[in-house]
Amino acid sequence: MSAILIVEQVLNGLQFGVMLFLMAAGLTLIFGVMGLINLAHGSLYMIGAFIAATVAGLTGSFLLAVVAAMAAGAMAGALIEMTVIRRLYHTDHLDQVLATFALILIFSEGTRALFGSFPLYLDTPALLSGPVTLPGGIEYPRYRLALIAAGLAVALGLWLLIAKTRIGIQIRAGENDREMIAALGVDIRTLYTFVFALGAALAGLAGALVGAIQSVQVGMGEPVLILAFVVIVIGGIGSIKGAFVGALIVGLTDTLGGVFLPELFKLFMEPASATQIGASLSSMAIYLLMAAVLIWRPTGLFGVRT
Amino acid sequence: MTREGYVNSALVAALIGVPLWAHVAGEPFTITLATRAVIFALAAVGLNLALGLGGLVSLGHAVFFGIGGYAMGILAYHAQIYSPMFPDTLAIEGTKSMPVIWLVAILCSALAAFVIGLLSLRTTGVYFIMITLAFGQMFYYFTISWSAYGGEDGLSIYIRNSFPGLNTLVPIQFYALCFALLGGALWLSARIARSPFGLMLNASRQVPHRVETVGLNGQRAKLLAFVISGAITGLAGALFADLNRFVSPTMFSWHMSGEIMIFVILGGVARLFGPVAGAVLFVAMEHVLGDLSDYWHIYLGAVLLGIVLFARGGVIGLLAGQAKGHD
Repeated sequence: MSAILIVEQVLNGLQFGVMLFLMAAGLTLIFGVMGLINLAHGSLYMIGAFIAATVAGLTGSFLLAVVAAMAAGAMAGALIEMTVIRRLYHTDHLDQVLATFALILIFSEGTRALFGSFPLYLDTPALLSGPVTLPGGIEYPRYRLALIAAGLAVALGLWLLIAKTRIGIQIRAGENDREMIAALGVDIRTLYTFVFALGAALAGLAGALVGAIQSVQVGMGEPVLILAFVVIVIGGIGSIKGAFVGALIVGLTDTLGGVFLPELFKLFMEPASATQIGASLSSMAIYLLMAAVLIWRPTGLFGVRT
Repeated sequence: MTREGYVNSALVAALIGVPLWAHVAGEPFTITLATRAVIFALAAVGLNLALGLGGLVSLGHAVFFGIGGYAMGILAYHAQIYSPMFPDTLAIEGTKSMPVIWLVAILCSALAAFVIGLLSLRTTGVYFIMITLAFGQMFYYFTISWSAYGGEDGLSIYIRNSFPGLNTLVPIQFYALCFALLGGALWLSARIARSPFGLMLNASRQVPHRVETVGLNGQRAKLLAFVISGAITGLAGALFADLNRFVSPTMFSWHMSGEIMIFVILGGVARLFGPVAGAVLFVAMEHVLGDLSDYWHIYLGAVLLGIVLFARGGVIGLLAGQAKGHD
């Protein structure tokens, strides 16, 4: 167990965490403002990845691919908001779960029908490929470092948007009292569509960025979606800060658990069964963590206590 | 008889008549389809207790379905390889006897439902949905990494388990068993819905604070409903495993949870026969649309979306008119 391995795994955990944040931020924003639970968020992530892979394949430009993925995410988001989601704001969570589950079925099978079942691949851009040497002689992939930077930049931008701009004030006001801000002359329908499209664009961005280190395939959004749910449950639903902290906790726990739990068990068990038990336990670690957080604080770390 | 009564009777008549016809006509595949529908219906009757009566939107009922499946898989696997579980300490023998397997499936899934319910019921609304979903994923990933019982590949059982006095390898006999169990579960749900416990549960779904005010413990009722619900779904899981003679982690996947919920909603929430109608319709659509197109899930999604947005009482609601009791 070397220091280099630890630093590498912490960076991997951070990278995973900030990507989860991109997903969780949209989910938590949509829930906070519109009170909607959106299972189809993973489909928007998948759409982002497929569009990025297609555009990169056609034009060869990674930047263009990322921009297209965000635009496609936002457009798909705005489209489903105006056709389906809008009708669900006043219904109970059960209807929201089912309708968005239906959207997943439609999006997943639609993508399979268009692109086939074989995974697509998205190359990392030439500028960002290869390793970079960190202080202390640690070699780390340049692209993953760029992902961490991009994630942090988006987090900062989102915070500025929510805290400092006029639209951010409207979003925060909408979370607190939707009748009041509607009465003050804010077009609440447009605001909702904007928030949904914003969340969708972030999901599309995450899909495009992660698409370069994973294969792009149907169903890729669902594991991420469920992890993003765990993130916002830990962080407190509706809280962007909670989503950020929760995402880093989940990213680090999942990555470090997978590496270090088997090592930990090897200290006092035979290697074969230590690997086995460590692997099982690490795959469950974040859910155990979530259960622990909920016993301690049933509305999450930064959630509003009722 | 009410219109809903006629719809229910027609459904029961079809569930008896179609397999009998298929048996006489020598169409075992139709019987298998009917068995699949009846088992799904049983799982959904379980969920309907928690969802319809208790208002507990559980997106993790695949946990109980999977536990039932693995209870069957593990017991039958040990009987199949003639080697007990925990050979050094407890030396539990495997078994091929359905009643024993069912009992184990019910007990294990009830226990899991108790623990999951105890933790999840601390939360409400959207937290509850997400937590039950996350528990489902936890079991899913656990079974994937559980290589002793096949890991991701699952477990195959070569011969269907036995039931005293019946030959379960004959499709119609296995169907009759599943149908009888579904009947039992429906009878139990009808009894529960009319019992003081069911009324309290119904009341605490609608106005929890009033139930607390008159001195009843609504939380405890919800937990009990969740446990009974999990146990019934667990039994369905054991039957499903026996139908396919195969268990795998996909029984725990969240798509399974979503599908069990779809059965309930397609048929109509909080209606006694809603889950049955939903499961029958689902299997029929799976079969008919699956033949038409590889991408039949698109149509399923469209139908589901239509029902959620425009026909909130489900199929029974469409056929029998006004919903009762569902808000």
